[in-house]
Amino acid sequence: MTRKQRRLTLIGVAGCVLAVALGLVLYAMNDTIVFFNSPADIQAKSVQPGTRIRLGGLVKEGSVQRGADQQITFEVMDAEAAIKVNYKGLLPDLFREGQGVVAEGILESPSVFRADSVLAKHDENYMPREVADTLKKQGHWQGEADAAPKTQ
Amino acid sequence: MLVEAGHFALALALGLSLIQFLVPLWGARANDPVLMAVAPTSALAVFACIAFSFLALTSAYLSSDFSVLNVVQNSHSAKPLIYKISGVWGNHEGSMLLWVLILALFGAVVAISRNSIPMRLQANTLAVQAAVTIAFLLFILTTSNPFTRVVPAALEGQDLNPLLQDPGLAIHPPLLYIGYVGFSISFAFACAALIDGRIDAVWARIVRPWTLGAWAFLTLGIAMGSYWAYYELGWGGWWFWDPVENASLMPWLAGTALMHSTVVMEKRDALKVWTILLAILTFSLSLLGTFLVRSGVLTSVHSFAVDPERGTFILGILILFIGGSLALFAWRAPMLKQGGLFAPVSREGALVVNNLFLATACATVFIGTLYPLALEVLTGEKISVGAPFFNFTFLPLIVPLLLLLPLGQTLAWKRGNFLGTAQRLYAVFGISILATIVMFAFTYGGPVAAPLGIGLGLYLVLGSLNEIVTRSWSKGTPPAVAWRKARGLPRSAWGTAIAHAGVGLTVIGIAATAWGIEAIGSLKVGERLKGGDYEVRLERVIPRVEANYREDAAVLTVFGSGRELGTLETMKRLYVTRGMPTTEAGILTVGLGQVYASIGDAQPDGSVGIRLYHKPLVLLIWIGSLVMAIGGGISLTDRRLRIGAPAPAKAIPPNAVPAE
Repeated sequence: MTRKQRRLTLIGVAGCVLAVALGLVLYAMNDTIVFFNSPADIQAKSVQPGTRIRLGGLVKEGSVQRGADQQITFEVMDAEAAIKVNYKGLLPDLFREGQGVVAEGILESPSVFRADSVLAKHDENYMPREVADTLKKQGHWQGEADAAPKTQ
Repeated sequence: MLVEAGHFALALALGLSLIQFLVPLWGARANDPVLMAVAPTSALAVFACIAFSFLALTSAYLSSDFSVLNVVQNSHSAKPLIYKISGVWGNHEGSMLLWVLILALFGAVVAISRNSIPMRLQANTLAVQAAVTIAFLLFILTTSNPFTRVVPAALEGQDLNPLLQDPGLAIHPPLLYIGYVGFSISFAFACAALIDGRIDAVWARIVRPWTLGAWAFLTLGIAMGSYWAYYELGWGGWWFWDPVENASLMPWLAGTALMHSTVVMEKRDALKVWTILLAILTFSLSLLGTFLVRSGVLTSVHSFAVDPERGTFILGILILFIGGSLALFAWRAPMLKQGGLFAPVSREGALVVNNLFLATACATVFIGTLYPLALEVLTGEKISVGAPFFNFTFLPLIVPLLLLLPLGQTLAWKRGNFLGTAQRLYAVFGISILATIVMFAFTYGGPVAAPLGIGLGLYLVLGSLNEIVTRSWSKGTPPAVAWRKARGLPRSAWGTAIAHAGVGLTVIGIAATAWGIEAIGSLKVGERLKGGDYEVRLERVIPRVEANYREDAAVLTVFGSGRELGTLETMKRLYVTRGMPTTEAGILTVGLGQVYASIGDAQPDGSVGIRLYHKPLVLLIWIGSLVMAIGGGISLTDRRLRIGAPAPAKAIPPNAVPAE
């Protein structure tokens, strides 16, 4: 094999691997990415039922109902809208009524959401950032009422 | 007083780092051995200062000095001793201090290994290392000072985040940082070579142990972090493709590629420019990881406090070093003497393929991690890129690499024979395929991924060890002779085989998760919950009060195929000071698998929610990582690296500099 052929082989193999990787990334970008929406976004953008989304907002006070076998329903709301969430599983430790939550799952109808995972904040210092941003955008941000001192 | 002294020592370290940066750089340029000899001395002094500063902070934690803001915010007098010590780095300021401590430690080790490293290279390397130290010391002193006092002093501390009150905190960050920061040495060597405009096989031989060591520690650090998340977060997952995890995976992938490309450079004097680039990229990815985790761009257990000033500062450091080193690369790399090209089918060819796949896989992780951030900045749209993305892009790039791994390891240097190599692996192919078919038949109807993945893992383990067998045994060799031959093989051959077998074990562990079973239910005392072949019975719920938390512990008896296997306890804790609840999972290890239960909320009817998992062979994921790191360690003791590089005599100046 001449020097030139060797170099071409190397470039060819590298090109193929990169092309395959690029194809995979572009395809996956279309298919596997999940958008974050607040209840108001779902109404405003009229998200199609059956879409996989991340839903974020505050857990509505008094809306949490526990059924048999860890079936749980609650409502996630923001300043403008609310949506009912069904979830089977254990809720995170810091799941509280009136506090921020992010649920990932399928939108079943414009007002019902089936979550397969529910995330709350990791500790007392902040609420999920997406939720905080949404509330700020809607002008209902009141600071983190129960947050730690400002020095943190 | 000690606290102020610690603060002062940190400022002193900054001044000394400036000397360590400027003087040796000038000395190397002017070819002045006296100036170059300042490098090791100042590196040791910087390390001493930072170590003192770190000890001062530790002592403030040990004595619960609540006049120090950092201690107030992250400690509590009732906290157990081990968490008082590990709590030093369980917060933003302290963890950055640990970061520079390890950085300085590596500088000091380079400084004392002066005999094996040519003087100019050492001087330039330590100067680059000092530049990194300066940036991070400035960062700590201006934005994240751990020694800030509060007046008046607090009476009691706010306690450490309960998720961090775990032995994992004592082990995971130091290991991870030694890995992350260890790559700064490869980076500094690469920049030094570029500054000097000279690079050869001796360079590769000097850099390789550092890369290998950093890689082994990073492997352990990631594995430890994964196991910690697995048992602490209570979701039973061991890898979430969370951006913070990806931040550590990227340098690992690049570092793995670097480790392999330095072998090619050392043996065949080729791939020089690429190796330099990889060394720069690996540490850049470590810096990126530090930025992602410490800046508050991502919210996770790792981001302690969100402060935009800090984020901007680290971003500045990131741009300075990545931009600076890449500019240096673009300017000087064309001047480096090119190495030779080689045959595509050869060991070095295989290592190039390894680099290609690892670098590409790293790039997909990079895109998946940063794309959401970029998109949010540009359009305000919030998306999440999760496991499906990575399964779809990362796996198709890694699986071919794993399939080629035993072949590459068996190929000869210079001119390999593909068919001949494949022939040496016939038995391995046969056994692995047979095992896959048998497993498939036995679990017919179950997930297909598990037998395929386990077959692949088995192929990796056998293929790696096959190399040792074929090199020491052939038909008719008496076992005693074969054993002697095997023991006589270079340690690096053993290290390679063992590390690659470790990869196989991890693959088996990961594949077997497809057989995992999950069940969820509400149990009253005496009731049972079934998950697959396993069953648990809730015996009792015990309330307990400990020093800094109170908990309800659910005691569960585990049954497997009708037999009682043991008991486990899962707890719901409330940490009093922060008013923060946490869940502690209960784990019972059965062979290499685990029965894993976590407790949910208590129901009005007196039952408690229990989530039960059975995870077959799950321990292999971490055992495999441990074996990989051990393989790296064994390679590190190879004679070639132990003895050190044969430096040309004229590179070492006569002993003009008195030892300090």
